[in-house]
Amino acid sequence: MKLTHEEEAMLAGRAGRAAQKAMQILQALGTIYGAESMTPVTSVQVAGVSYDNLGEAGLQFLNEMAGGGGKARVLTTLNPAGMDIENWQALGIPETFAVQQMRVIEAFSRMGVQTTCTCTPYLVGNQPGRGEHIAWAESSAVCYANSVLGARSNREGGPSALAAALTGRTPKYGYHLNANRAPSVIAKVQCTLQGAYQFGALGKAIGERLQANAIKPLPYITGIPSASLEELKALCASLATYGGAAMFHIEGITPEASQTPLPEQHLEISAADLQAAIDSMNDAQPQEVDFVSLGCPHLTIEEIAHLARLLEGQRVVKEFWITTARPVKQLADQLGYTAVIEASGARFAADTCCVVAPIKGRFKVLATDSAKACYYAYAKNNFNTVFLPFEEVVRQALQ
Amino acid sequence: MKLHGRKIAPGRAQGPALVSRMGISFFGGVDPDTGVVVERGHDLEGQSIAGKVLVFPSGKGSTVGSYTLYRLKFNGKAPAAILNAECETIIAVGCIIAEIPCLDQIACEQLHSGDLLLVDGDNGLIETQEGPSR
Repeated sequence: MKLTHEEEAMLAGRAGRAAQKAMQILQALGTIYGAESMTPVTSVQVAGVSYDNLGEAGLQFLNEMAGGGGKARVLTTLNPAGMDIENWQALGIPETFAVQQMRVIEAFSRMGVQTTCTCTPYLVGNQPGRGEHIAWAESSAVCYANSVLGARSNREGGPSALAAALTGRTPKYGYHLNANRAPSVIAKVQCTLQGAYQFGALGKAIGERLQANAIKPLPYITGIPSASLEELKALCASLATYGGAAMFHIEGITPEASQTPLPEQHLEISAADLQAAIDSMNDAQPQEVDFVSLGCPHLTIEEIAHLARLLEGQRVVKEFWITTARPVKQLADQLGYTAVIEASGARFAADTCCVVAPIKGRFKVLATDSAKACYYAYAKNNFNTVFLPFEEVVRQALQ
Repeated sequence: MKLHGRKIAPGRAQGPALVSRMGISFFGGVDPDTGVVVERGHDLEGQSIAGKVLVFPSGKGSTVGSYTLYRLKFNGKAPAAILNAECETIIAVGCIIAEIPCLDQIACEQLHSGDLLLVDGDNGLIETQEGPSR
């Protein structure tokens, strides 16, 4: 692998211990995946922020990197933490956890990272443009960046994304190269779709089909005439979770769709396939629901406005978490939505989400409109799930 | 016998080989406090990897496994070195952050548990001496 003088200097330790270790990580990954060189990056999104996932070892590593002089060289934002940084007590987060979580945030802060704590960095100022090389972790955001924004990122892990932040580089392989951004299969959608809920189900239907047939998870999707930001966000999260996808194209919608060569192979997604995906995420009865959450990925301001309209004058009778990025919540504060929503008894859980908060064992059945949340509710927290459209999820909290 | 591999993580180490023919998931598959393999049905189940030159085809499982290697090192239970047929992200990142020498593109089938191995992660070299168990 060819390195520049500056990269060689970092590898030799002349930019400090943290930058050296970071460059070692990037060089090893470049070697394994056949990169010829590094490429400068303009943006980084780091995962591995919740203390529930990091543990003491992860925290030690972050402190070692911060202590070793690690400083972010480019715009770097963070994935959700394990709690609302300001309001963790009201959410029932233990103080012992909160103390460790704050140490994680402080370590990142010392390294010059913007501690935004969201899976939707593209909603709060980290929105790279088309063709920009970036290094993002958080599978749903990687998929959004590649597919919707046309930026270029591999699916980074926590340490490799941090390494990119501390060096401003990433090895140039995979989704950084044109040839690897061409679709592997045409996915023909033969039913009409509406709402984040159905786009999430579509991501599961396509993703699992790709996995089952060992097809590279980069579909070219046809049959979708239009899609909102919220719908695309849901599709990205689901296709990344169930298909391992870093990217997709949608004919007529995503920026690279019109310029890419099309594959021969195709598959069809029928209304029955979509229903099967929906059914597979319902393994409990609505009356068993004891936890309701919206915001996986984090809610947009438009979704919060919609929620405020639904909850106005209503009374929530179940634990109901609304997860979003703090700047979006602050906008909701300003616009009066927060007051309406909190008056109903629902709680904002900014900075975190139902996937990364330490809530294993606290609930039995989650109601959600997120296909991704269904996966992790079961895999990480052993919850059963009721998967419903946004409005019906809200209704679950009221009865 | 001398073997050549591809450099993944730098450093030099020596120790007895512990050879698995199966992939290893460090997150959930290895106890970070004891270094014992706990994955059910694994060919190393119940054996400690601490201080061994651990030889296996490739990593698998959650990316959090990188941090498990770091935790093993902190607890003094890390392998002395890791040799893979084909290294992937989890093992590569884990070895670098935990400072465990690592090489890949190794002909793993030529190595046997108990062989004493000298691993030179800086130059991609492995020297073997047959162990007493052969």
